[in-house]
Amino acid sequence: MAGTAVLGRLAWRVADVIDLVPETPRVKTILFNVPDWPGHRAGQHVDIRLTAEDGYQAERSYSIASAPETAHVELTVERLDDGEVSPYLTDELRPGDQIEVRGPVGGYFVWEPSQGGPVLLIAGGSGVVPLMAMIRARAAAGSSVKTRLLFSSRGWDDIIYRDELERLSGNGLSVLHTLTRSQPDGWDGYARRIDAEMLAEVGPSSEEQPLIYVCGPTPFVEAVAEALVHLGHDPRVIKTERFGPTGG
Amino acid sequence: MDALMLDGNSVAGLLQEVFSAEMTSTIGTCGNCGSASPVGTDHVFRGAGVVLRCPACDNPLVKIVRTDARIWIGLPGVRVLEVAV
Repeated sequence: MAGTAVLGRLAWRVADVIDLVPETPRVKTILFNVPDWPGHRAGQHVDIRLTAEDGYQAERSYSIASAPETAHVELTVERLDDGEVSPYLTDELRPGDQIEVRGPVGGYFVWEPSQGGPVLLIAGGSGVVPLMAMIRARAAAGSSVKTRLLFSSRGWDDIIYRDELERLSGNGLSVLHTLTRSQPDGWDGYARRIDAEMLAEVGPSSEEQPLIYVCGPTPFVEAVAEALVHLGHDPRVIKTERFGPTGG
Repeated sequence: MDALMLDGNSVAGLLQEVFSAEMTSTIGTCGNCGSASPVGTDHVFRGAGVVLRCPACDNPLVKIVRTDARIWIGLPGVRVLEVAV
């Protein structure tokens, strides 16, 4: 595997905000220029540090959304109404602002095209962000590794990266949506929470030995991982990443 | 299951700050049940500090409390950490 453990102390760097792009009513992508960015692997995180005028600091960890091949670093942030950091990032931050970041960090929840597949990606809401980095890395590498994304969102307008996912579909990538709270007229896709029956229909089956990545809120991840084990998938190939309200 | 529970991936930066190594893919062996698993899979609880618990038996493995001036690191439940170099 390319890139083994990263030894060495982490340094905070001052990053410049280049642009902010709305993804859904509650979610924005922030594009950063990070000086001397060492590069990253799809699935890794950065830590962000905000410092108030009185010196109070708040740190949060966010998954990197962009492919390693992209010159800038993109984070996609969901606004949590009672959050301390995310409302600032989505509502107050402007192009030209500066912010402290350190990273990339992590190495467990990572996929690189050289690892092959088949790959099964399962996302709940903004849990799609690190999985999107994998899908973008796959596209940038020209990989045709069989990859399936099962993506649970509340409604049609809450689907993060909806148009890009549609554009990238094909060449071995298939994207299936389930809309758990509201569905547009004529919707003939899934309309419930992900369960074992849905996972069995979507596949790949355990016989195909897919590499599996599950990311979403903790209850989502627990339920999906349990259903996957029930279907016979080896727990060791199911990689999970949980996020929760403490991440706001 | 606790909805406020996260996992080791969420504290990758803090762990790298403490251990100067990428820790989420580091294999930790629980001193209680003996299961070996990547630190990224540990169950993480945040309070005044951070507690990492064994995903198999819930035994507290690592406790970290950080202030501006000091970091307190406890390893109450770890038998072995196997770090890639």
